[in-house]
Amino acid sequence: MDNRRYFGPGGWVLRVLLAAALAVVGAGLGLALTAPAGDPGLTAGVRAALPASGAGNPVTAVLLNFRGYDTLLEMAVLTAALAGVWSLGRAHRTRFIRPSPVLTALTRVLAPLFPLVCGYLLWAGADHPGGAFQAGAVLATAAVLHVLSAPERGPRLPELPLRLAAVAGLAVFLAVALGVMTGGARFLEYPPALVKWLMLAIETAAMLSIAAILAGLFLGGRPGQPDD
Amino acid sequence: MTSGQLFASAGIGLLVIGIWALVLRRHLIRKILALNVMSSGVFLLLVGAGAMSGAGVDPVPQAMVITGIVVSISATALGLALVLRIAKTTGRALLPENRGQPPSDPGAG
Repeated sequence: MDNRRYFGPGGWVLRVLLAAALAVVGAGLGLALTAPAGDPGLTAGVRAALPASGAGNPVTAVLLNFRGYDTLLEMAVLTAALAGVWSLGRAHRTRFIRPSPVLTALTRVLAPLFPLVCGYLLWAGADHPGGAFQAGAVLATAAVLHVLSAPERGPRLPELPLRLAAVAGLAVFLAVALGVMTGGARFLEYPPALVKWLMLAIETAAMLSIAAILAGLFLGGRPGQPDD
Repeated sequence: MTSGQLFASAGIGLLVIGIWALVLRRHLIRKILALNVMSSGVFLLLVGAGAMSGAGVDPVPQAMVITGIVVSISATALGLALVLRIAKTTGRALLPENRGQPPSDPGAG
């Protein structure tokens, strides 16, 4: 008899054990949700420290100041993922047919709006919802539309600027994080007088980097002439 | 039930569905989709649980979720690139232990 029917992928023993394990996980998490809150959370703490953080939006303050380490490592993860994808080979051709006229016309209409929305989101991130990730995602959309609407074998994303922009976020973040140490501060501890401008510099570089990395991931390989 | 609890419960549901599919589906694209469903569940759980205190949404889990979304996107992209590579090299988007099995089993995907 074939053991795989019982233990292999899709086997019923596996299904029963998995269902039991998941029921325990679900019930445990559900029970944790109904438990009375033992801790008020960090909302009050973040609000109290907000004036010193250089940002009016608590989420931005947490991302870039209170938990800047997370964001620094996140940029490192993004850069590493891009390096991983690019190391697998050159970019594929994204299309084999000419783009539809609707797509090219739409891209032409939307093109000036992308930098505008992107700049607004970046600036608004200090006090309202927004910030480097949202702005970077908008800019990456512009790059993806550019790639999709280019005529066959037409303009591609420029290789050198894409590579430089991809590492800019991590480089600027690290430079700031280490640079403040020359003034006697600790790693990632911004001096109060400069905090707003340092965070703006990090956000701008991170936005460019996120856009370049997302666009580079969309290409699915190193930029340049495809192998095919 | 507060809206925070509702979001968090939906998050638990997505997490469980995601793990189920991650283990049982064989096609690698389905596994990547399952990972995405799982991570969406975790994000919903984190933000929902952060909104349960009643004093507004806790900004710390929100910031962690934004970080998590970006990491999950890059992990998905890397995973898809690897799947493409596996499919190109072996002809099938399956893990090594599943390659000996018959190709069409719709139920197991």
